[in-house]
Amino acid sequence: MDLFEYQARDLFAKHDVPVLAGEVIDTPEAARAITERLGGKSVVKAQVKVGGRGKAGGVKLAASADEAVARATDILGMDIKGHTVHKVMIAETAPEIVEEYYVSFLLDRANRTFLSIASVEGGMEIEEVAATRPDAVAQTPINPIDGVDEAKAREIVAAAKFPAEVADQVANVLVKLWDTFIKSDALLVEVNPLAKVASGEVLALDGKVSLDDNAEFRHDWDELHDKAAANPLEAAAKEKGLNYVKLEGEVGIIGNGAGLVMSTLDVVAYAGENHGNVKPANFLDIGGGASAQVMANGLEIILGDPDVKSVFVNVFGGITACDEVANGIVQALKLLEDRGEEVTKPLVVRLDGNNAELGRKILTDAAHPLVQRVDTMDGAADKAAELAHAAK
Amino acid sequence: MAIWLNKDSKVIVQGMTGATGMKHTKLMLGDGTNVVGGVNPRKAGQKVDFDGTEVPVFGTVKEAIEATGANVSVIFVPEKFTKDAVVEAIDAEIPLAVVITEGIAVHDTAAAWAYAGKKGNKTRVIGPNCPGIITPGQSNVGIIPGDITKPGRIGLVSKSGTLTYQMMYELRDIGFSTAVGIGGDPIIGTTHIDALAAFQDDPDTDLIVMIGEIGGDAEERAAAFIKENVTKPVVGYVAGFTAPEGKTMGHAGAIVSGSSGTAQAKKEALEAAGVKVGKTPTETAKLAREILHG
Repeated sequence: MDLFEYQARDLFAKHDVPVLAGEVIDTPEAARAITERLGGKSVVKAQVKVGGRGKAGGVKLAASADEAVARATDILGMDIKGHTVHKVMIAETAPEIVEEYYVSFLLDRANRTFLSIASVEGGMEIEEVAATRPDAVAQTPINPIDGVDEAKAREIVAAAKFPAEVADQVANVLVKLWDTFIKSDALLVEVNPLAKVASGEVLALDGKVSLDDNAEFRHDWDELHDKAAANPLEAAAKEKGLNYVKLEGEVGIIGNGAGLVMSTLDVVAYAGENHGNVKPANFLDIGGGASAQVMANGLEIILGDPDVKSVFVNVFGGITACDEVANGIVQALKLLEDRGEEVTKPLVVRLDGNNAELGRKILTDAAHPLVQRVDTMDGAADKAAELAHAAK
Repeated sequence: MAIWLNKDSKVIVQGMTGATGMKHTKLMLGDGTNVVGGVNPRKAGQKVDFDGTEVPVFGTVKEAIEATGANVSVIFVPEKFTKDAVVEAIDAEIPLAVVITEGIAVHDTAAAWAYAGKKGNKTRVIGPNCPGIITPGQSNVGIIPGDITKPGRIGLVSKSGTLTYQMMYELRDIGFSTAVGIGGDPIIGTTHIDALAAFQDDPDTDLIVMIGEIGGDAEERAAAFIKENVTKPVVGYVAGFTAPEGKTMGHAGAIVSGSSGTAQAKKEALEAAGVKVGKTPTETAKLAREILHG
């Protein structure tokens, strides 16, 4: 889960990383009181999870409370690279910036450890700095057990060649930022820029945080979820505990196992090349024990997507037996029809593996007018793409 | 001979007495796996009956090893406790620990992996979030169905469980030396490279099938390894060409970030290393068949 800037700011503040004051609002008028509290001026910052908002006009200075309300009015509702601005942060104006640095901690997949990245050339994308001036970027592996103490922080400071006059402050920020990283189960904590201001102070002026969804069980992250931005189908699927991602296509996909479902999307996209370029409409993994209820929940989400013209159910029975899956499909359709929901979209079902013969027989015997059986994955994908194209 | 697992492997199950552990211990025994014990400190001293086979429960992995000579542990404990279970297996220096549990926090896996390193990497960890490892006809550790295929001369390494099954099924008439699911998490104990190296050295393996998916750069690194070190034919498959940027596709590690981790980049890297890459699982199986049968 990626956090908004204001959420990252709050998290940093909680762990004593030095930040400027700021509050988030979703109505323009609320900017007035905050700006007054901040001494009559503020920065109005669009809260979107995408870079380049400054250039897009999503960050504006306000010299008065009235102006802050006006700027918030402009920015709220704005579209920045496909992201609608639902919230703005009213932040303390930054003191004069003397230098901009970069520091982060992140997961290093390739080396199966954590990594610190630091640079005295902050304020722009670190990838850009790494590409043009690799010498200016210091990467230091961090052992997850040893972590970052003051000595390690000083090692990073030295490696990135921070100026002596900020060394103590930057080392302190690194220790606090590491604390944020570890205690929040983060995949990334990034401060950019980490700024030296006219007073000589070092402050985190903007930041990015990404948290590990698998660690939610030991945190209270309810507040952090961005309910406004979630696709309604994705939100509904999440509520039912389904692993669903909405895509832009016409063939609804249900399968078991993440790898097989990803593969199914690809196979459907290839098949679509011969059928009007139809594409997969979603990713949906119903997992191992696909009961009739789970299948019904999945079908309900898929059939509720107006973009879907046909559905491809692709199941390889591992531990799960295909006869159970077939019963699940039949019962799911009945369940939906009993609920008064009209099922009109054709379903192509491919069953292989454990008890496939039994499963296929169940589908044949049920003879549901909308259900077709195709017994190979490539063949079924082709059929589903053809049906979606015909209905388009 | 196969890799890492054979008929002589003595297997203990951490978390055997839980619902998932019970179900799969029964299945593993049914496939002929030599399950010699379970571990649960609260049920130490008890015996569990699986259709007439009595399996003793030990308090710790260390006790289980001392009593039975176990050399493989398979871990089914819930995600909150998995790190401690892996650390216990590492402390007991069991040669192979297979972690089936899904949904483990990546900080836990990172810490467990670092711990294994500090202890000198005496334990090979497979997983987490993986289906396990099977040497057909000899032993089956994890949740891979034992009856998909038969013993043969293909080695299989895969990030995905169901694609492992699919590929074993496609090539069931030829059969497999060993199939290993390494898992789809961002940090895993055993990599494609580890399996490729082991299959290269395994006299019972003639051809290697490697299945990857979006996220990270493990496939690219495996491609570089193949180019330098693998002389046996390798056939590859990569899932996730249609995955959008920034969305996690089921597996915690399956995510395209910016331009990195794409299926296209992985396919190109593998092909540049001489690996034949199939467009679909079925086509991949066909490529393997052509190489083996000319």
